[in-house]
Amino acid sequence: MIQRLANPARFNRLAGRTMPWLAWGAALCIGAALWLALAVSPADYQQGEAVRIMYVHVPAAWMALVAYAFVALASAGGLVWKHPLAHVAAQAAAPVGAAFTFLCLVTGSLWGKPMWGTWWVWDARLTSVLVLFFLYLGFIALTAAFDEPQRGERAAAILALVGVVNVPVIKFSVDWWNTLHQPASVMKMSGPAIHPSMLWPLLLMALGFTLYFGAVVLVRMKALLLARRARAMAMAQVHRAAPAAAEPGSAHG
Amino acid sequence: MIAALGLILRRELRLALRQAGESATVVLFFILAALLFPLGVGPSPATLARIAPGVLWATALLAAMLSFERLFQPDFEDGSLEQLALSPAPLEGLVLAKALAHWLTAAAPLIVAAPVLGVMLNLPAEGFVPLIAGMALGTPAISLIGAVGAALTLGARRGGVLLALLVIPLVIPVLIFGAAAVEAAIGGFPVRAHLTALGGISLGALVLGPWAAGAALRQALAE
Repeated sequence: MIQRLANPARFNRLAGRTMPWLAWGAALCIGAALWLALAVSPADYQQGEAVRIMYVHVPAAWMALVAYAFVALASAGGLVWKHPLAHVAAQAAAPVGAAFTFLCLVTGSLWGKPMWGTWWVWDARLTSVLVLFFLYLGFIALTAAFDEPQRGERAAAILALVGVVNVPVIKFSVDWWNTLHQPASVMKMSGPAIHPSMLWPLLLMALGFTLYFGAVVLVRMKALLLARRARAMAMAQVHRAAPAAAEPGSAHG
Repeated sequence: MIAALGLILRRELRLALRQAGESATVVLFFILAALLFPLGVGPSPATLARIAPGVLWATALLAAMLSFERLFQPDFEDGSLEQLALSPAPLEGLVLAKALAHWLTAAAPLIVAAPVLGVMLNLPAEGFVPLIAGMALGTPAISLIGAVGAALTLGARRGGVLLALLVIPLVIPVLIFGAAAVEAAIGGFPVRAHLTALGGISLGALVLGPWAAGAALRQALAE
């Protein structure tokens, strides 16, 4: 399956067919989850209405990690198996992951103000998520830093793999250190510790975010592939127009 | 292979010795950056003693950022990196030798300068031993992570700034545990846990750093 997708035309066809399903699924899930979260689910007995921030904050945090895992896996696929679409997938997913991380930080800050009395604390969970955000930005900056795009995508792929060390730190930071941030309450060995009326909108929102992630990554991958083809065609035109004037090696790098 | 790495190490050290100004610049930046704080925060001894551990560690990290570019860039530009890569010794070993040379020529002077600056910043007496021990244990990780960043940004536009952008998030744990060790000693708490964490980070960087930097060098030389 993954090998069959190596053909860009086939990938484009498949992506074009899958994308609308993902996008509509995402719109439905997020819409339903928003309705459940804002209108149906109860207010918390301690936190009051502010608990509703959770329905965006927690799925955004999950997606920040899922997107990073996706970028790292795609990067490994590109470096090890040299799959032609792997680097494109990593590049397409990185800004989306960065956006989810930013959303997680902003909603966390908005939630922290009424609950903890402060917008920001330097505890292990918040700091490690901030580092994750900077890793995403470093990945994006490194991709764009070279005249030769191939060099940039490979360097960024190695950076993505180095940054994987941060993922377990984020996940377990609330267990390893005594932090203000509460420990995990949904993904626990003993089963989720929150009531189904809150769990359902949360899971539905997570599903919606995942579908949204898939849809946007597919659109961005198609756009990146087209940009790449446009660049190759422009290069070819330059070569045809002025073969003598073109400096040898300047186009190939 | 060990002989080849020894040769590379000796070459790096000789180069650094003949261009001693570059190591001196890094230390000079460290001193100047640290001295900005008493001038900016005010010379009150109590305030300085309170912020000294963090200031020393943070400015030492910033000073180290200046030194990473010369790890591979000169050799990359004049082509000797390709010659080194053609040798039968593995690239990972080359990275290890280079990082060791960097540690000896850039990090060690910072460790020597840190206690002197500690005196000027009114660092309490209990803080000096954990400061030096923490830096000795933590700076190998900085050299190795810096080598990864330097290899990744070889040939990049505005590589120096980008290098700092990539490396600073990755060395944050070293800063946290390094400064925490000094704080703990000043407060009368045991420092062993923090120092062990620093050593652990360095050991982890010793395993992963050469591998990642070697892969990055291979990509840079493949062009």
